[in-house]
Amino acid sequence: MLEIRNLHAEVNGNEILRGVTLTVKAGEVHAIMGPNGSGKSTLAQVLAGREAYEVTEGEVLYKGKNLLEMDPEERAREGVFLAFQYPVEIPGITNAYFLKSALNALRKHKGLEEIDAIEFLTLVKEKLKLVDMEQSFLNRSVNEGFSGGEKKRNEIFQLAVLDPTLAILDETDSGLDIDALRIVADGVNKLRKPENATIVVTHYQRLLNYLFPDFVHVLVDGRIVKSGGKELALQLEEKGYDWLREEAEAVGVHA
Amino acid sequence: MSTSTNTIEELSMREYKWGFVTDIEAETAPRGLNEDVIRFISAKKNEPEWLLEWRLKAYRHWLTMEEPRWPNVKYDAIDYQDIIYYSAPKQKKRPQSLDEVDPEILRTYEKLGIPLAEQQMLAGVAVDAVFDSVSVATTFKERLRELGIIFCSFSEAVQEHPELVRKYLGSVVPYTDNFFATLNSAVFSDGSFCYIPKGVRCPMELSTYFRINAADTGQFERTLIVAEEGSYVSYLEGCTAPMRDTNQLHAAVVELIAVGDNAQIKYSTVQNWYPGDKDGKGGIYNFVTKRGKCIGKNSKISWTQVETGSAITWKYPSIILQGEGSVGEFYSVAVVNNYQQADTGTKMIHMGKNTSSTIVSKGISAGFGQNSYRGLVKVQKSADNARNFSQCDSLLLGDKCGAHTFPYIEVKNRTARVEHEASTSKIGEDQIFYCKQRGLSTEDAVNLIVNGFCKEVFRELPMEFAVEAQKLLGISLEGSVG
Repeated sequence: MLEIRNLHAEVNGNEILRGVTLTVKAGEVHAIMGPNGSGKSTLAQVLAGREAYEVTEGEVLYKGKNLLEMDPEERAREGVFLAFQYPVEIPGITNAYFLKSALNALRKHKGLEEIDAIEFLTLVKEKLKLVDMEQSFLNRSVNEGFSGGEKKRNEIFQLAVLDPTLAILDETDSGLDIDALRIVADGVNKLRKPENATIVVTHYQRLLNYLFPDFVHVLVDGRIVKSGGKELALQLEEKGYDWLREEAEAVGVHA
Repeated sequence: MSTSTNTIEELSMREYKWGFVTDIEAETAPRGLNEDVIRFISAKKNEPEWLLEWRLKAYRHWLTMEEPRWPNVKYDAIDYQDIIYYSAPKQKKRPQSLDEVDPEILRTYEKLGIPLAEQQMLAGVAVDAVFDSVSVATTFKERLRELGIIFCSFSEAVQEHPELVRKYLGSVVPYTDNFFATLNSAVFSDGSFCYIPKGVRCPMELSTYFRINAADTGQFERTLIVAEEGSYVSYLEGCTAPMRDTNQLHAAVVELIAVGDNAQIKYSTVQNWYPGDKDGKGGIYNFVTKRGKCIGKNSKISWTQVETGSAITWKYPSIILQGEGSVGEFYSVAVVNNYQQADTGTKMIHMGKNTSSTIVSKGISAGFGQNSYRGLVKVQKSADNARNFSQCDSLLLGDKCGAHTFPYIEVKNRTARVEHEASTSKIGEDQIFYCKQRGLSTEDAVNLIVNGFCKEVFRELPMEFAVEAQKLLGISLEGSVG
C-alpha cells in the first residue's frame, strides 16, 4: 500500500529526514518511535503533504501512485488521513458541518452523491460511541475550547467517520491521561480492517500496550535504525534510545 | 502544489458574473448637474412643488460644501459634471403590472436570480426592483395593502402618500447632513418606501433590488421606512452593476424611523456592486448615508450588512436611540479583495434612558484590499444606564492587505457602560492545511474558515439571504490565498 524509498526532506534548509525507507502493507499497524527531534512528526507531515517541508530526494508510492506529486487534499481524498498532533481550531464552524463537508469531498471524489442529513446523523452517532462522546459534541465549533483529550478524541472520531485507507496517528497519545488513552486506542483497534493500514508515530511505548503494532521502527536522526516486532518497543522503554544510536554508529550508519 | 496554484489563478480570473449590460432604450438627463437638471428630474416624476423646493435647497446647500477627505480611502477626484443624474428605461407610461414591464428588464432580474413574477417567488419575499434610476416593479403590493402596509417605489409614494413622505423625508438625514447625502437630496431619482401601521407585523420579508445598468450614470436612491407602534418589518436590499472600466457613483440615503413604542425595523443589506477588476480599474463608489431613529419606547432598529462589492465603500449605518429603552444593533461583514477599499462602521447615539446597543463588525481583507472599521459610540448626558457592547474583528488573508480600526467613544453620563473588544488575526496556514488534509480544496477551506469568522453576523440575516451571502463571500475571495 505504501512504499517509502530513501526519503529525504528538509525544512528551511535543515535536513530532517535523511533517507527513510519503509514498506507498509494492507492490514498492518506500524509504530514509528524515536527520540525528540528524530524526524517522526516530519515524516507524518511529509506523507500528508505539508508544504513547509521540501522533499529533496527519494520517492513515496501509495497504492502504486506517486504520493509526493499529489496535493494534500488529493491525498486525503485518496484515503490518507493524518490525526494531528496539534488539532487546529476553526471558530464558528460546527464539528458536524466540518465533518460533513469533508465526507462529501471524499464522496465526490469517489463519484458518490452527497450524503443526506439523516444518513449522516446515523453514521456520526454510531461513530461518536466509539470515542465515548456526547452528541452535543457535534454542535461545538471544531476544536474550539476543547481540552487536549477532547481534541485527540475528535481526531479519532473524524478518522472513524472518514474511514481512510491509510491512517497516520501523529503523537496521538501525547497529553492524554490513561483513560483517554484507552478510549483512543480502543477506537483505533475497532477501526482496523484487513484492507486498511495504520502508522502510529509515538515517543512513548505506552500507547503500544493497547494498539498492538505488527512492526516497530526506530527513527534516529532522520533514518530508521532498527525495525522489529512489538518486543522492540518494550526494549526501548527499558533502555531508552541511546544504545541504538551507538549501535547505528558502530555499523557505520552516519548521520 | 502546481495544480492548486493553477486553479487559484483560474478562479481569480473568473469574471464578476453579474457584469452584463442589458440593451434597453433609456431616457436620460443631460450630463452634468445644475438647477435645470434637478427641475428635469422633478418634472419627470411629476413632483409637487414642495419637493422640488426641497431638492433645490439641497442643491444650493451642496454648492457650499466640500467633499469629505477624512475617510481612509484613496480615489481620484470625482467630476460631478461628468455624471448622468437620471436614466430610466423608456416605457410609455408607468407599468401597472408586471406584464407591462420591458421583458429585457425582467430577463435581467431573472439572470440575477430575482424572479419578479409572483408565481415564481419564494413565498414571503416582496420585491421592489430599481433599475438605474427608477423602480420598475413591486410585487405582492396587493397582499400587503390588505394589512395596511404600504410598500412601493419612492416616486409612487410621493404621488399617493405625499403627507407621509413630507412628514418623514429628511427627518433622520436632513438635506444638510453631509456632502453625499445632500447631493442625493438634490438629485435622488427613486427608491423604496415602506410604511407599517400600528400593531402590524409584516408577514414577509420586504426587499429592494438595485441595479445600475446605464454607463456613466450615478444611482441616487432614497429609501424611507416608517414603523408605527408595535409593528415589525424585516427589509432587505441587494445590489449589482455591470462591469465597466470607469467608476460609477452610488450615493444613496436610507432613513429608518421606529416611530411608536415597541416598533421594530430590521434592515439587511447584501451589497455586491461591481468591485472593479483585479488591477483596481473601474467599480462602484458606494458612498451611502444610512441612519435610523428609535423614537418610541423600547423600539428597536437593527442593521445587518454584508459588503462584498464596490471599489470603495464608505458608509456608517447609524442609530439614534432616543426612546427610553430603545435598542440598536449593527452587524457587519465587510470584505475587500484586489484593490477594494472599505471605510465602514456605525454610530450609536444614546439619548434616552436605558438604551442599549450592540456592534459586531467583521472585516476581511485580501489581495491589496484596505478595510477600516470606524465607529462612534456616544452617550449623551440624558442617557442614564446606557449600555454598549462593541466587537470588531479583522481577518487578514495574505500580507499585502490592511485592516484598520478607528473606534470613537464619547461618554457624558457616569452610569453608562461601554465595552469594546477588538482582534486582528491572519488566516492560518495551519487551518487551511487541516481542512485540506480532510479533503477540502483550498478555496473551500478559505470559505469555511471565513464563514466561521462571520457566523455571528450571518445568523442575523434572513435564512435565504444568509445562504446567498455565504456564496457571495466565497466568490469575492476566490484566488485570495495561494
